[in-house]
Amino acid sequence: MQSQHLLSLAIWLPIVFGVLVLFVGSDKNPAPARWFALIGSIISLLVTIPLITGFNDGTAAMQFVEQSNWIERFNISYHLGIDGISLWLIVLTALTTVIVVISAWEVITVRVTQYLAAFLVLSGLMVGVFSSLDGMLFYVFFEATLIPMYIIIGVWGGPNRVYAAFKFFLYTLAGSLLMLVALLYLYTQSHTFDLAAWYKLPLGFVPQVLMFIGFFLAFAVKVPMWPVHTWLPDAHVEAPTGGSVVLAAIMLKLGAYGFLRFSLPIVPDASHFLAPVVIILSLIAVIYIGFVALVQSDMKKLVAYSSIAHMGFVTLGFFIFNQIGTEGALVQMISHGFVSGAMFLCIGVLYDRMHTRDIAKYGGVVNTMPKFAAFSMLFAMANCGLPGTSGFVGEFMVILGAVQFNFWIGFLAAFTLVLGAAYTLWMYKRVIFGAVANGHVAELLDIGKREFLMLACLAVLVLFMGIYPKPFTDAMHESVTSLLSHVAQSKLPSAQAGVSAVPTATVQE
Amino acid sequence: MQNVNLNALLPDALLMAAVIVAWLNDTFTGDAGRKLTAGIALVSSLIAAVWYGALATDPHTYYFFSNMYVVDPFANLMKAFVTLGFAASLVYGRRYIEVRDLFRGDFYLLGMFSLLGQLVMISGNNFLTLYLGLELMSLSLYSLIALRKTHAISTEAAMKYYVLGALASGFTLYGISMMYGAVGTLDLGEVFHAISTGSTYNKVLLFGVIFIVAGIAFKMGAVPFHMWVPDVYQGAPTAMTLLVGGGPKLAAFAWGLRFLVVGLLPLAVDWQQMLVILAALSLILGNTVGIVQKNVKRMLAYSAIANMGFILLGLLSGVIDGRALGAANAYGSAAFYGITYLLTTLGTFGIVMLISRRDFEADSIDDLKGLNKRHPLLAAMTAIFMFSLAGIPPLVGFSAKLSVLSATMDAGLTWLTVLAVITSLFGAFYYLRIVKLMYFDEPLDSTPLDTTLSAQALLIVNGFAILLLGIFPGALMTVCQHALQFSFFKI
Repeated sequence: MQSQHLLSLAIWLPIVFGVLVLFVGSDKNPAPARWFALIGSIISLLVTIPLITGFNDGTAAMQFVEQSNWIERFNISYHLGIDGISLWLIVLTALTTVIVVISAWEVITVRVTQYLAAFLVLSGLMVGVFSSLDGMLFYVFFEATLIPMYIIIGVWGGPNRVYAAFKFFLYTLAGSLLMLVALLYLYTQSHTFDLAAWYKLPLGFVPQVLMFIGFFLAFAVKVPMWPVHTWLPDAHVEAPTGGSVVLAAIMLKLGAYGFLRFSLPIVPDASHFLAPVVIILSLIAVIYIGFVALVQSDMKKLVAYSSIAHMGFVTLGFFIFNQIGTEGALVQMISHGFVSGAMFLCIGVLYDRMHTRDIAKYGGVVNTMPKFAAFSMLFAMANCGLPGTSGFVGEFMVILGAVQFNFWIGFLAAFTLVLGAAYTLWMYKRVIFGAVANGHVAELLDIGKREFLMLACLAVLVLFMGIYPKPFTDAMHESVTSLLSHVAQSKLPSAQAGVSAVPTATVQE
Repeated sequence: MQNVNLNALLPDALLMAAVIVAWLNDTFTGDAGRKLTAGIALVSSLIAAVWYGALATDPHTYYFFSNMYVVDPFANLMKAFVTLGFAASLVYGRRYIEVRDLFRGDFYLLGMFSLLGQLVMISGNNFLTLYLGLELMSLSLYSLIALRKTHAISTEAAMKYYVLGALASGFTLYGISMMYGAVGTLDLGEVFHAISTGSTYNKVLLFGVIFIVAGIAFKMGAVPFHMWVPDVYQGAPTAMTLLVGGGPKLAAFAWGLRFLVVGLLPLAVDWQQMLVILAALSLILGNTVGIVQKNVKRMLAYSAIANMGFILLGLLSGVIDGRALGAANAYGSAAFYGITYLLTTLGTFGIVMLISRRDFEADSIDDLKGLNKRHPLLAAMTAIFMFSLAGIPPLVGFSAKLSVLSATMDAGLTWLTVLAVITSLFGAFYYLRIVKLMYFDEPLDSTPLDTTLSAQALLIVNGFAILLLGIFPGALMTVCQHALQFSFFKI
């Protein structure tokens, strides 16, 4: 295939495989479906490798661009392209899908084909979100992801799955519908849905603020930010392991990514004006939700709250508008994808054996599952940001950026290191260490080859990114610089320039 | 009139001839020849649908019978889908009526007469023809609903529909007489001309417009003229519900468009304000009240009300600041919405009939429970319909809402756009609940589905049409827009 269609391949291959899975296997004989889905997800991952090797670090321009008319009547085009911001998120998506397929291997036994199909389709849709350069195309992919996830939670979820599925769907739909209005407003102003044109579109202050709110609701729910985060713990707890992994590793990033693609460059003045609000909400997420995580008795819920706290770091990094903060937030997004995915997989491993996620039911797992204990130690350390793991890099960069911006914000943000260590390690201690708590724990079998493989993949990545993050940040650098220079320019019509909230000379090298 | 090219009338004539042939056949052969009657109805409407579709590419407008009847691209487009909807309804309903002793000649004849009425409604170019088309359609539909004589609820529904429908016809006729009093003509073109030159008495005109808008709102089922919709949808046998809720809604839209745009466009400022209220109320009521419904047909009735609200959004966004610059876009988007909604309606009622069987009406939403276990493919198609109604991309319901909302936004009615999206969030809840029942719950009974192969195949085609039109909506959108452009807004 020619390189100019790589992105289309990365989107449509998993979707096509997902649909075909429905026909190759059946519930009575799911083996062919599993192999087929595994092959499909690996091919989809391989397709992203030329994206990395062919990616040019030296430019902020969009690469691998594809453009053709889609709905001419509204000037909507099928316009794809990636820059340093989206490159790693696409790779992360493809990789996570492979791991989810592996993790489902023996665990999912009901309606296997539909389960695998839903994840493959979801994977393609999420790659679509990260590579859309057209506002409406983005929205279509963004919304379409709700359908497979709703079904995943509702069909293969826990006892309270229906409530969680509805809450997930309606919360996110509520946010994104107002974003649709904002998109339509931009269309009436510019008669196009092309993002590049929107970046240049001058907009008055009041429309900017209204549109910021529209975008903010959509993305803040997705991230999720305090106080619209309540759907996430429910969704995580009820979702099957694979669903939790995809939710934490990728779906939350859709919202954060939206901030970078929409809010910041399209309505920069409103972004600056409302940045204090976002920063405060992010700090609340980091500190308050950190405390909430501390008191959880359910492992999944604990990690879910820890995700909210970590995503608070991401939004904080975006809205302090400096290079290191934004890059740190992006690194944090990737790292959190690996780490939280791995944490949920670990919980899944335990749950498959014990059928409970209650921390109190565990204790002394290290005695029966030493390999597992080693892996989960690494991921727990990465979750609290130990140097040498990927979790450290992002958090450290964001804290540095925050200190540059305002010492006290940096000071408050740094609490995450204490809190993260507290809730993660305390959970680790209660579950893994100590004497064998009960007969069920004594009967546990250590992880098998399949589980070893998927955890080892993630462990390597976590360590690699922690020790040598340069390939990741190098690819981002130019794109972030260009984004920040966009954000620094006021888009108000000249008559309104007096009320501009953009401080002068914010871009620093 | 001499030298009239009658080609444009041929499909109408075909359907008319088919009614007569079917009638004669059924009278003389009775039950033995019933299959032939059904065949004539189905085949003639299919041929006509294709024929209309082919004619819709002809950008010219033809007038017949002293300007009483008009055939333009818009009419052909609407007729193509109305007849297609009729044909699909017959396929979906076949088994349903067979096992209920409703497989009778009058079902087909009344259905075809109502179809003829719809064609006249779409093509009328004179207040009188428009009114006659409406009556032909309505009277056939009243009797269709009453066909199940021994069934009290059906009879009650027919009675309600008849009484309220007659009232609405009265409204319309009263409005028309006002118009005639003010303008002195019933011809749409002359009315337009007289109003735009300002040689009329305005108060009487406005009075007439109010009554005509009320009639249109009644036929479309917009709040506060919606009272009949839930009762009729629920009470009528499902095959008849589909004949009422499918094509006639699209025909009513086209009928309203003829009145309001072809005849009364110079008064747009006045009727647009009325439509704003009707649309807002329909959106609010349809989307919220549907939540508490336990009967799937009643739920779909409220869904219909909400969707009519969306069509009205397109209809009221045409004239901005007294200029009709974006009118073809706005009305085109409403037509697109109407067509895609018709396709979705066919599917949703199709599934209700597919899961019904002899002595069992599957009209409680609980009857959809566990459909995924009983028949995964049908469940997937139903999920497509529901997500489409909820307006989730990439299904066609989203493209339709997008086009209508963008017209509303262009008209500067931001508040109405926001209202529409917020109410559709409430609506999403009850569509999602259907998906939940099908996928998350266990089946209540595992009786194999009693359906015809053709109905199942049609449902699958229908579902894929919704999906494909959602992914590639551009062509149909352009067709709708051009049809409006060439018919009413020639440059």
